[in-house]
Amino acid sequence: MPVGDDVGEVSGVVRGKSRMVLGLAALALVFAACAPNASQDSLKPAGPYAREIDRLFVPVFWIAAAVFFIVEGLLVFFLVKYRHRKGREGVPAQIHGNSRLEIAWTILPALILAGVAVPTVTTIFDLARKPAGDVLNVNVIGHQWWWEFDYPGTGIITANEMHIPVGRPVYVSLCAAGQGYAGQVAPNECQPGPPDGQSPATIGEDVIHSFWVPELAGKQDVVPGRTNHLVLEASQPGVYSGQCAEFCGLSHAYMRFKVIAQTPADYDAWVTAQRQDAATPTAGSAAATGMDTFLNGQCIACHAIQGPQVNGQPVGANGGPNLTHLMSRSCFAGCTFPITAENLTKWLEDPPAMKPGSWMPNYHLSQDQIAALVAYLETLK
Amino acid sequence: MATTGMPAEGPRGVLRRPRSTTGLWSWITTVDHKKIGVLYGVTAFLFFLVGGTEALFIRLQLAQPNGHVLSASAYNEFFTMHGLTMVFFVVMPLSAAFFNYLIPLMIGARDVAFPRLNAFSYWAFLFAGLFIYSSFALGGAPNGGWFGYAPLSTVDPTSHNMTFYALGLIIAGLASAVSAINLAVTIINMRAPGMTLFRMPVFIWMALVVQFLLAFSLPIITVGLFEMLFDRRFGTHFFDPAAGGDPVLWQHLFWLFGHPEVYILVLPAMGIVSEILPVFARKPLFGYQFVVFSGIAIGFIGFGVWAHHMFAAGLGPVANTAFGISTMIIAVPTGVKIFNWLGTLWKGDIHFTTPMLFAVGFIAMFVIGGLSGVTHAVVPADYQQTDTYYIVAHFHYVLFGGAIFGLFGGMYYWWPKIFGRMLSERIGKIHFWAMLIGFNLTFAPMHILGLQGMPRRIQSYPSSLGLGFWNLVSTIGSFMIAVSMLIFLYNVVTSSRKAKDAVADPWDARTLEWTTSSPPPPHNFDEIPVVHSLDELWHRKYAETEGGRVVPVPAGGAGAYDGEHASGGHGIHLPSPSYYPIIAAAGLPLIGYGVIFQWWMAGVGGLVLLMGLYAWALEPSVE
Amino acid sequence: MAQAVVDSIEHEETSTGLPNIKLGMWIFLASECLLFGALITTYVLYRGASIKGPYPKDVFDIPYTSVSSFVLLASSLTMVLALAAIQRGDQGKLRVWLLATAMLGMTFVGGQVYEFTTFYHEGLSLSTNLFGTTFFVLTGFHGVHVTVGILMLLSLASLSFSGRLPQERSMTVELVGLYWHFVDIVWIVIFTVVYLIPTGK
Repeated sequence: MPVGDDVGEVSGVVRGKSRMVLGLAALALVFAACAPNASQDSLKPAGPYAREIDRLFVPVFWIAAAVFFIVEGLLVFFLVKYRHRKGREGVPAQIHGNSRLEIAWTILPALILAGVAVPTVTTIFDLARKPAGDVLNVNVIGHQWWWEFDYPGTGIITANEMHIPVGRPVYVSLCAAGQGYAGQVAPNECQPGPPDGQSPATIGEDVIHSFWVPELAGKQDVVPGRTNHLVLEASQPGVYSGQCAEFCGLSHAYMRFKVIAQTPADYDAWVTAQRQDAATPTAGSAAATGMDTFLNGQCIACHAIQGPQVNGQPVGANGGPNLTHLMSRSCFAGCTFPITAENLTKWLEDPPAMKPGSWMPNYHLSQDQIAALVAYLETLK
Repeated sequence: MATTGMPAEGPRGVLRRPRSTTGLWSWITTVDHKKIGVLYGVTAFLFFLVGGTEALFIRLQLAQPNGHVLSASAYNEFFTMHGLTMVFFVVMPLSAAFFNYLIPLMIGARDVAFPRLNAFSYWAFLFAGLFIYSSFALGGAPNGGWFGYAPLSTVDPTSHNMTFYALGLIIAGLASAVSAINLAVTIINMRAPGMTLFRMPVFIWMALVVQFLLAFSLPIITVGLFEMLFDRRFGTHFFDPAAGGDPVLWQHLFWLFGHPEVYILVLPAMGIVSEILPVFARKPLFGYQFVVFSGIAIGFIGFGVWAHHMFAAGLGPVANTAFGISTMIIAVPTGVKIFNWLGTLWKGDIHFTTPMLFAVGFIAMFVIGGLSGVTHAVVPADYQQTDTYYIVAHFHYVLFGGAIFGLFGGMYYWWPKIFGRMLSERIGKIHFWAMLIGFNLTFAPMHILGLQGMPRRIQSYPSSLGLGFWNLVSTIGSFMIAVSMLIFLYNVVTSSRKAKDAVADPWDARTLEWTTSSPPPPHNFDEIPVVHSLDELWHRKYAETEGGRVVPVPAGGAGAYDGEHASGGHGIHLPSPSYYPIIAAAGLPLIGYGVIFQWWMAGVGGLVLLMGLYAWALEPSVE
Repeated sequence: MAQAVVDSIEHEETSTGLPNIKLGMWIFLASECLLFGALITTYVLYRGASIKGPYPKDVFDIPYTSVSSFVLLASSLTMVLALAAIQRGDQGKLRVWLLATAMLGMTFVGGQVYEFTTFYHEGLSLSTNLFGTTFFVLTGFHGVHVTVGILMLLSLASLSFSGRLPQERSMTVELVGLYWHFVDIVWIVIFTVVYLIPTGK
């Protein structure tokens, strides 16, 4: 771990009588970029929008660092130079002030700030502009406590993992669950509530969340009753971590997601695969039993599976994640757990025990039922 | 209804006028601003220990990835209560302690304008704190974050957590608003002869600005809290999007209060530092008028920056621009203050006493908090920083590195005045260094954590994010702060065992409170001082010769002060103690419990409040 | 309020010349402006935002409310007369005008109670829609303020009857008067914003 050494190095650099620890704050920021394993790091922008923010932040940081060293330097210098010395008699000259200095240190910071304000304002408007041209629209729905991704016009609704093609701006529309969001109806707009003022049945409460993938863009709140927008783009294929950044209740810490940026070809392949109906297991297999349990039990009260029908009706989502291609994803429950047979089994045994406050209750399924369900889920590739 | 009868009894009917001047009852019935100040201070410090303990639990939980110290629900209660406690029950009342004790002494008055109202403010504040904390035993503490964002705070009306929040803060706000009016009137109206506005110490100026900030910001959050309470309790729809309500309205109401609140928390400490620096640099404050005007400017602009807490809420680029720029503007008067403090040190004769160390520590730390604040004003950067540990680092540099350091400086500085005993300088310095190092170890790493993608208020984080190292450092630092508090307590205990050793003016200070004995007599001054200049006491002690040299005025010469020859102050009428402030205040939490549990309790509470007020109104203030 | 009333007579000289209690009352009223400011702002922001009725035009009876508004305004006049009476030392007139002011205030509050009941029967409650929510809370807060004023007026009248409100304490009446006029002025704003300015729905 290189960071451990940095601490020693810092103390060597800043020997100011007492200010060693202060230096740590500033210098550590610089070394932060070298921290290992960080995959949610706002200092490592991986797309044009995050980079635009970074290009603004870095110079501002250095200006702030310069002001820091000047002010703290002056402070330490005065403290040392004008410290009381033994044997000093009398009282120092009683200086009451100096108007010219006052004007100087009012105007100078104001000028620096004006210099900072100009690029700030242009960047604000840059980031707020809806990108023109070839744009991918994705409606993102914040649930307690997982993210749903709806690709209007494609029929794709998925959860926890958002796939995007590299080099193409993604115009994200942010909606809160519970606002009558029916999905697939209109890009860029969350559906308004039904006219009688009654919420449709949903699972979980519609509260404020904040959508944040630090390496691709800044964060934007998901506010019930409003449609907020955010633009993000990845320059290189890769997996970028994201997380809800606005406190949203018990499992706020477990509302994570991944943005998977792919080459356009890979992305198109993913789209094609996602648009397929769910596979139907061979009759008589454990998976077939599981499918039976799934379609005739409580599961379809919340979860959608595209393909099978119950009483002639498709199985639509009603508040829970769409499971059509569950196994194409790597994590579940707000990207808190890797998708493995073991984890799915544990989850079905008692969801709230695995994730605090989970809206999916413990259905007290038998071990046989759980095994069959897991076998079925594993076919949902 | 309008038919409520008058109580039948005469002026001193129900209860005999309390007489005790010592012991428990003297504290319960006191209307003396000095005793009330001490009550505020002790209470706030106890809350500080509680809030600090909550913080230690939070740090333990986060010390390593996937921590298991606290459950998710306990964690949410702990961080919410930590924030509420530190803001409303520590920094505000600790400032109120200094206001209460010092304002009359520094402006040459015998008490505040409304002494019984002052007692009422204290008791209402205390009961508000106890009321909120009682929620731990009554079904769960507030758990929606200290800013209680709707609709998370309103969606579940069956639980009491956030109902305690709304009611507790309404009571605490009432206490503060009443106190603000009282203290503002005191400063405006009760200055000693000759104490013109521009002869007031900077601390008094900052106190005045704070009282107006309180008087004008508290009503706004009170409305928000009532709306939250009604949404929870009566099914109204203020923040209910399903009925067309807008949750962002709560954010506006909260931060319209919440940002002035930041200055409410930090301006008192700025005032304290402005008193300490000149005394120990042995020079007047550099640019007194500029420090005063920048404080006033901060107060005004402080009302125009609230939405910088909401840059990610989707207000649109125009609003974000406006609030980004206003936030940059407020950095200017703040900078003016810092430069003037540096100017005060310049060419001084700096004595590194413990209060001075804390004052200098304040400047050093506040600069960091201020600079990280400027990076938030850069709106796009804030899109990354907001709601992360970078923000947590920022406001702890302002509120702990700033306010708390300043307030500790004030404690060491005025301790001899208040308790008649000097705190140990040696232990005090150890306390300072332990606190400074612990503080930076705790909060500096949070800058990095935030930029590396650690959101606020998360109960745990996976090890894959690489956040473990700095979190561990931070936790170690937090325990160092805890140790520094033990050192402080040790200092207090050992000093209380020795004889009273403080003279009237142990620091060779500059302002009026040091002209009277330590501790001051109940009537403060045997004779109300007549003020001839800013830094009145200094000018009584030192004169400037023709050549500009400063020489002591000969002892016993004109204008020498005689604080240590107090002659008892007979014949001075002071307001008499009273039972009614505490009785009236006791009605408030009863009303609160009634709203939550049983309406008849609210009725009883209302009756207690009303009867207390009537008996109070009919009781002469002096007997 | 009541608590503040009594401290009023003891302070002789103040730095501004304004008595402490009066200065305190002015700051209090300034603070109250922000309280009503926030409530009125909430109302205005949610004007026309209700998803379902009843809407203002369905329930408002403007002539009725105009009359009760006039009654409240008239009480400001009687309040002035009460103050003039105590300043002259005319205890009889003081009592008459204090009680008259209280009566007018009670008429207004009574009218408000009747109005609320009518609206409730027409299907508008606190929880019906945003209009109900904001309307009842805003006017309710004002009504509570008027009620507190009535309590203070009756207390003053009772003090006068028991001979404890001599001419020297006329400032107590003046303070209650300040509060009463403030509450009246706030009503003018509320009446204009809520009843007179039409809404889309």
